[in-house]
Amino acid sequence: MSFWTRHQAFEKNSIILIVGILLVIAIGGLVEITPLFYLKSTIEAVDGVRPYTPLELAGRNVYVREGCYLCHSQMIRPLRDEVERYGHFSLAAESMFDHPFQWGSKRTGPDLARVGAKYSDDWHVTHLTNPRAIVPPSVMPGYPFLAQTEVDPDTIADHMRTLRTVGVPYTDDQIANAAADMKAQADPDNAGTDAFTKRYAKAVVRNFDGKTGTPTEMDALIAYLQMLGTLVDFKIYNEKANLR
Amino acid sequence: MWFLALCSFERESAMPQPSISKTMTTGESGLAFIFAVAAFLCLVASAKALDAPFAFHAGLSAAASLAAVFFIINRYYDRPAALPPAEINGRPNYNMGPIKFSSFMAMFWGIAGFLVGLIIASQLAWPALNFDLPWIQFGRLRPLHTSAVIFAFGGNVLIATSFYVVQKSSRARLVGDLAPWFVVLGYNYFILIAGTGYLLGVTQSKEYAEPEWYADLWLTIVWVTYLLVFLGTVIKRKEPHIFVANWFYLAFIVTIAVLHLGNNPALPVSFFGSKSYVAWGGIQDAMFQWWYGHNAVGFFLTAGFLAIMYYFIPKRAQRPIYSYRLSIIHFWALIFLYIWAGPHHLHYTALPDWTQTLGMTFSIMLWMPSWGGMINGLMTLSGAWDKLRTDPVLRMLVVSVAFYGMSTFEGPMMSIKVVNSLSHYTDWTIGHVHSGALGWVGFVSFGALYCLVPWAWNRKGLYSLKLVNWHFWIATLGIVLYISAMWVSGILQGLMWRAYTSLGFLEYSFIETVEAMHPFYIIRAAGGGLFLIGSLIMAYNLWMTVRVGEQEVQIPVALQPAE
Repeated sequence: MSFWTRHQAFEKNSIILIVGILLVIAIGGLVEITPLFYLKSTIEAVDGVRPYTPLELAGRNVYVREGCYLCHSQMIRPLRDEVERYGHFSLAAESMFDHPFQWGSKRTGPDLARVGAKYSDDWHVTHLTNPRAIVPPSVMPGYPFLAQTEVDPDTIADHMRTLRTVGVPYTDDQIANAAADMKAQADPDNAGTDAFTKRYAKAVVRNFDGKTGTPTEMDALIAYLQMLGTLVDFKIYNEKANLR
Repeated sequence: MWFLALCSFERESAMPQPSISKTMTTGESGLAFIFAVAAFLCLVASAKALDAPFAFHAGLSAAASLAAVFFIINRYYDRPAALPPAEINGRPNYNMGPIKFSSFMAMFWGIAGFLVGLIIASQLAWPALNFDLPWIQFGRLRPLHTSAVIFAFGGNVLIATSFYVVQKSSRARLVGDLAPWFVVLGYNYFILIAGTGYLLGVTQSKEYAEPEWYADLWLTIVWVTYLLVFLGTVIKRKEPHIFVANWFYLAFIVTIAVLHLGNNPALPVSFFGSKSYVAWGGIQDAMFQWWYGHNAVGFFLTAGFLAIMYYFIPKRAQRPIYSYRLSIIHFWALIFLYIWAGPHHLHYTALPDWTQTLGMTFSIMLWMPSWGGMINGLMTLSGAWDKLRTDPVLRMLVVSVAFYGMSTFEGPMMSIKVVNSLSHYTDWTIGHVHSGALGWVGFVSFGALYCLVPWAWNRKGLYSLKLVNWHFWIATLGIVLYISAMWVSGILQGLMWRAYTSLGFLEYSFIETVEAMHPFYIIRAAGGGLFLIGSLIMAYNLWMTVRVGEQEVQIPVALQPAE
């Protein structure tokens, strides 16, 4: 019986055809995806990466909501010009708590993986409100409405609880103090700032949008942008140990 | 409502029924009951909603569920006692209603999607067009554009053509009475929820899988019904063999279900809110995303539309498929190799090298089945090439296959790591996608709709072939402007990013490379505008075909002469 005659089994029985399709399409995915969950070399061993603070998380949700990832990548490739332009190439560990990941696929604007601490908060406020006021040829939309919208400190703990369920290691302490921490990060005069910085290493406390009162989405987004890429200290990072 | 008027077409061919007592089928009463419960639950969800978009979507769903109950009951009172028979006088009684609806929606969403594309292209050339408003800024409109053209336009073309092809090639009526309507209406409702969600800021930010958890759940229900209707019709077929096009449709439907389930598991923060967090994180999420993303291209935009190629080109050219054996090899090789190609979207990222290399290797191998399929489609015209001069619809179908060949050469080339180091993150990717999307998917869909509308509405032919010709040339000019602008801007920007001065400093700041894109963004918008104008001509032509086209006279089956 020739190959072509045997193949008639698929042509004459839809269930055999469906099973055949399922088997054939399963192989590639299984081989490429499954090992990423158990191979130890997939994610580097690095100190310093922590879950987002409540305010940073709210800012990240604004970043996702407005579709920033459509024009800004957060993934520096190990190419000479990229490393010189943006900084050390991105590590897998740096986005291991990202649900969803924000590596992006297009650079209509520059990469943001290490934009943290590169510009002042004032620069960000002006730039987000009207990008062309500060970078005339920019094609970025303006986001003046962020400064008018307050974030909700009362629901952020629910978000952190959900993230903990999917694998982000928030502690009970962090979740219990979420609302207070959110307010504290945007207000240097707040009594809770010391407790907050103990809970989140390297977290920055500043009045990001320059206005008092409940933090706005502008505060949150800038808090997120200002921490991007700042957690790993590459002066003490041992590259050789993580060669893959 | 206008779609109620559309569905009345479906019963035109039903014969007068002998009087039997009329009762609701289990499907009718069951579905009406389910929708009544759903309406109540959605109303509760709307009242308890944590955020405004969720309240809006829940309210809209309550209204849609009530409309569905009304539609089912109204349809029951209008219909004859017996359901439409599967056969009339020994001929299959094809179900054309859902096909007509999906064709109409395809045209509608196509124009909407092309228009939003033109708007976002213009926003990149003239950023003032964002108007500083949240709902219409680029970041929210871009998913609206991609979803509208891929899932709304492309999806409706696929559902319409698959329901047509599976019936004709199986010589059987679509299974189910309400089920096919549930598929087409439910699918378009999913599009409505997804699209309005983007404008309101509801997104999970995974490219081409942006809809949030509740839209994903609804799509799962609709998609499983789609699979059952399609598969049920294949099983009922009167032909011993399953036609080639149906293998491709089946692979498309089954694999999209697998991809959708694999990429989208997410945990909502609250069952009364729109926000959820996806189960996968970081590197695994990236890999799942591009396994999904690339195979949305491979199975939605390729396998599904190859099915169209395998039915509509032979049919229109009146020639058999060039090689049956080649189509067997084409089928299995394509679906086996495609699924591996995802990692080429993640070259030089933090994804491990072994995964990147696998992705690149399989992407290059994928060139072969892709061109095998192209050859099978093009060579089907042997002996009928002269028809390209006289039939602009066939020309559109054939040029689509040529574009398919071009982008499936470009794709493997861009998946090579050194090429990708230049092309990634630039407009070259956008140009590549659009040579496939406008040239291949767009043209093969237009060709299929130009065939399908006269067939489904029982017309002798199109209102005007001359208008098809205009559409063809205007759209082709648009595509050429679009993709050449993107090639130049992409390669230019990639080279500017890596340019060094003689002293060893980076030559250009980032913003200088943005400035250099401006003229190409204007050319691209012009190309997109031409493509949109072409589709408006098409919509007018199809509308007139349905409105004033001459009815095709059904030749009654001749009685068997006595021996």
